[in-house]
Amino acid sequence: MTRFSGLAKTCAATFLVGLLSLGAFTSAAAQDTGPLRIDITQGVIEPLPVAVPDFIAQSAQAAEFAKQISDVIAADLVGTGLFREVPESAYISNVTSFDSPVQYADWKAINVQGLVTGAVSVDAAGNLSVKFRVFDVFSDGPLGEGLQLGGSTSSWRRIAHKVADVVYSRITGEGAYFDSRVVFVSESGSKQARKKRLAVMDYDGANLQYLTDDASIVLAPRFSPTGDRVLYTSYESGFPQIMMLDVGTVTRRQLPVPTESMSFAPRFSPDGNSVVYSVSTGANTDLYRMDIASGQVARLTNTPAIETAPSFSPDGSKIVFESDRSGTQQLYMMSASGGDAQRISFGDGRYGTPVWSPRGDLIAFTKQANGRFHIGVMRTDGSEERLLTASFLDEGPTWAPNGRVVMFTRETQGASGESALYSVDISGRNLRRLPTNSGASDPAWSPLLK
Amino acid sequence: MTQTHSTKRRSANGVKALILVSALALTACTNPDRFGGSDAGAMGAGAGANGGIIAGSANDPTSVAYFNQTIGDRVLFLVDQSTLNDNGRAVLAQQAQWLLANPGYTAIIEGHADEQGTREYNLALGSRRAAAVQDYLISQGINPSRLKPITYGKERPIEVCSSEACYAQNRRAVTVLAAGAGVS
Repeated sequence: MTRFSGLAKTCAATFLVGLLSLGAFTSAAAQDTGPLRIDITQGVIEPLPVAVPDFIAQSAQAAEFAKQISDVIAADLVGTGLFREVPESAYISNVTSFDSPVQYADWKAINVQGLVTGAVSVDAAGNLSVKFRVFDVFSDGPLGEGLQLGGSTSSWRRIAHKVADVVYSRITGEGAYFDSRVVFVSESGSKQARKKRLAVMDYDGANLQYLTDDASIVLAPRFSPTGDRVLYTSYESGFPQIMMLDVGTVTRRQLPVPTESMSFAPRFSPDGNSVVYSVSTGANTDLYRMDIASGQVARLTNTPAIETAPSFSPDGSKIVFESDRSGTQQLYMMSASGGDAQRISFGDGRYGTPVWSPRGDLIAFTKQANGRFHIGVMRTDGSEERLLTASFLDEGPTWAPNGRVVMFTRETQGASGESALYSVDISGRNLRRLPTNSGASDPAWSPLLK
Repeated sequence: MTQTHSTKRRSANGVKALILVSALALTACTNPDRFGGSDAGAMGAGAGANGGIIAGSANDPTSVAYFNQTIGDRVLFLVDQSTLNDNGRAVLAQQAQWLLANPGYTAIIEGHADEQGTREYNLALGSRRAAAVQDYLISQGINPSRLKPITYGKERPIEVCSSEACYAQNRRAVTVLAAGAGVS
């Protein structure tokens, strides 16, 4: 199965992934096109009922992880708005052994349509191993093959996210996104003197880690295509300058942009080798591109207007950005080497912060109209504009790795106004606030972790 | 402008506070609004000892306090605009005179935006506002090497309500003095 081999390849470094040799179950696989299917693009009104019974602990040390892992899997699925968890109190039959046959009738009776079972073991060396199966209850059969994932016990949440990613992908046909992280700006203090520091956390808010202190303003972090580095704007030098931070070592350095200018709004190219960003010189703000290794800089725009918030197409050939060259803030598209640009936003109001979907099909943006802010999506030619949110201040969308969910900043108004991170799916449903322990802004979603 | 701000703040405390206005005039108006100011050191450098004038106070024309309060350290802008109005040009002309008379000072010019706008755009807009002030001061004879612009976008509002009364104060460019021969 291609999906399996893809997963095996990407997980090889950190995780062991293997097919379970399970006789009858594997031979009954390949039910991917069965009736258990959610089409996300249609928008889901009625979430699909699933059951994720506590995974079986196959050793004493595995007991503490078994329940936590099944809880995270269920939370991932329910959090999409596409699934509803049938509680354990409703179960007719309990799963007591990973290999005992599924009592489909018992699950049908309580209207469970998707069933996820699993077992957890911890070996003498402290390695965690999780095997699991997904069942389409109404088809009386497994949905795809059983899988086994392994890693250190400290990575149990990642393993749980990977299991949930497989379940999600098999049922929706969409790419995975739970095993991902979010870098953002953690905020504290009064509105006049907001303290800001970079932080990174799992996509669901777990495993928070600070990457900078709050001594100077930091803005708008952006992940590299492999998630190993983060670009952001810092006032550390006293002036806005672009920094690049290595996530693993938490070390940072300033990009060699001339210090007499102000630079901001950086973003990586899809190959991770160059950075596109804005430089303000006098009243003018233009776009530039720097080759990271050589420091060589190319100027991409040359107008007296504001050009900022650039974002590459996934193939690296184009850049979408915002400019007020027409008199108001609007979205434009140009070659990644600069030159002529075509305007793509034509609706009422102002458009900013365009971000190209990793799938290449849509551009997410911030729109201001009639005193309200919106997060919206449009096709790359500007057609089929669709607003997903509305509030006093929504801004700065970032795409989930599968291009089906966007996360953004929502700020409340007034003296006590505070920023928080929200996510919404591309049908405009399932608006959710992410759990953060303080104010939070400027999220950037990582690619799927390797 | 600072005056308006201070008055409003006092009125919130009721009538009794008005009695204190004259007594507070000096202390309350040492420009509490400014972000990024470092006038503590500069204050001494510019202070002169003139008879009847308290050195370093807003009555002392060579003082930073005089620049900040009597002349006014800031100009305001319309929504999404960076054009100076008549009042702004008048303030900047006086700022330029002061800077010409006090060559021992340099200035950082902060451009700010209100919260109605996206983060990156507001950074660029703040640059425009700072540049408008910088260009005007240069046109009045100030050596460009004494001026350095910085944008704060919408990161440092001085007023925190979410209505035009506050936004109007936040759309500003502030000339922040520092003692020194040149801005590096």
